[in-house]
Amino acid sequence: MTLDDILASLFPDGHEVRNDRGVLLGSARLRSGGSMLVLGVADRTALGVDEAIRLSGHVLKSIGRDSGPILVLVDSDSQRMSKRDELLGLNEFLAHLAKALIHADMNGRPTIGLLYGHSAAGALLATGLATRVLVGLPGADPAVMDLPSMAKVTKLSMEALEEKARSTPVFAPGLSNLAPMGAVHMIWSHAAPLADQLEALLADMPAARDRRDALGKARGGRLKAAEIAERVRDLALQAR
Amino acid sequence: MTAPLEDITPAERARGTSFYEASARTRLELLLDAGSFIEFIGPEQREVSPHLKIFDLPEQFDDGIVVGRGRLDGSPVFVAAQEGRFMGGAFGEVHGAKLTGLLRAAREIGSIPVLILFDTGGVRLQEANAGELAIAEIMRAVMEARSVGVKVIGLIGGKSGCYGGGGLIAGCCSALAVSEPGRIAVSGPEVIETNRGVEEFDSRDRSLVWRTMGGKHRRLLGAADVFADDNVQDFREAALELLGLVGPFGLDKLKAEQERLADRLRRLSTCFDAVDIWTAEGIAHAETVPELPADQFIALADRIGRISRDAR
Repeated sequence: MTLDDILASLFPDGHEVRNDRGVLLGSARLRSGGSMLVLGVADRTALGVDEAIRLSGHVLKSIGRDSGPILVLVDSDSQRMSKRDELLGLNEFLAHLAKALIHADMNGRPTIGLLYGHSAAGALLATGLATRVLVGLPGADPAVMDLPSMAKVTKLSMEALEEKARSTPVFAPGLSNLAPMGAVHMIWSHAAPLADQLEALLADMPAARDRRDALGKARGGRLKAAEIAERVRDLALQAR
Repeated sequence: MTAPLEDITPAERARGTSFYEASARTRLELLLDAGSFIEFIGPEQREVSPHLKIFDLPEQFDDGIVVGRGRLDGSPVFVAAQEGRFMGGAFGEVHGAKLTGLLRAAREIGSIPVLILFDTGGVRLQEANAGELAIAEIMRAVMEARSVGVKVIGLIGGKSGCYGGGGLIAGCCSALAVSEPGRIAVSGPEVIETNRGVEEFDSRDRSLVWRTMGGKHRRLLGAADVFADDNVQDFREAALELLGLVGPFGLDKLKAEQERLADRLRRLSTCFDAVDIWTAEGIAHAETVPELPADQFIALADRIGRISRDAR
């Protein structure tokens, strides 16, 4: 499905989402009434300082002016890997975008991420993983890091990494490996209109509390995280 | 001149101990009030990574992070210190969950601040999916804690710097203190070189790495509010200073940060090198900044460096 197909299937009543060099900004009408703020990264564009500042600005302008949920569409590269972006403080720009999304979500503007293509590393952290519910579309292919960079950092050969990637879900790229961790809440189907699936999700949004570690445990992909976090929390509360 | 050990005060020991060289445990011991540290899930519990054995890699009994509580000038603080010498201080499943749990408790209590002693290359790639998600959970937990008034202070001056998702968590903190070797970035030098070529970034050019990602540049840019000399006492004093300065988080801070970062792009977007940025910021002989000793640099930064604590 192309981005246009996805938008048409999500919003049969119409939308004003513009794609400007891979940066998606706009809003859409919901079939149930009301509107939804839409933003995102398209065409496998790298998320750098120039893109991030426009996305965060779109969210912040909407807070206090509009109401309704927020959709973050994601088909990105990783963060833009460049001297210029790092020189200008890319970590602050990506964190700022994530903070704007988290703040909106905690203050009456529930956020949904829709991962319909690629994404990786810092770009995924600042977009889809900063939303309350991250949805995957079949065919999406997220990765934490590309294998050549991983080979450089881990000092393992590409062959060894490719071999391990086939057998080890906790490390391997792909939607089917990220979902058991609790990172992706659900995978939608192309068989039904996306508007139906969006409507069903909006009618039954989970609470804002972050439950991804419990989800990862229930799915068997991350058996320790929830328990360790809970134990530290209990000890810290007791030590008061 | 060697004084007998008992004659050295804790502050003198902290002053004489390089933050960069020290282990996570030594940093905490000297940063906090003497004898005040209590660890949560210490190494005796042997909560190791369940994933490293797949790669035949050694485990560490604390999974490379020490979390607990202590006192700073008599007041309670929660602390987390990453051990940069174990797997580059990278975030794995257990490592990350310890920090998440600490932040969640801080949110529930509301009044005890959190100090994070970053020393990390980012996601631990051998458990990349669990590590990436742990970072997302920590970012969320930092913002939830800050939203109820918890101060979250990052201290950055370790061997592994503060890279990858660590850089994003640092960007979520209420304020940062950084020393010259405390690099803050998303993509590491080697990753940029691998993806874009040596012409884009020569990872072996150490002076390029320091001036693009190092503590002096981050302080001048306003990414960090306090510059610390490389010793534990300076970081202790920086933490106390920042705890006294930062206010509560809210929408006004986010809007001010949007303006602060947009303004940075308008002013500095076309600069090719950190020296160009420092010159544009009004520093005469900007090429000498890397050689300035800490006291001279702090005087310069206090005069010219940008401040971000009301805009982050």
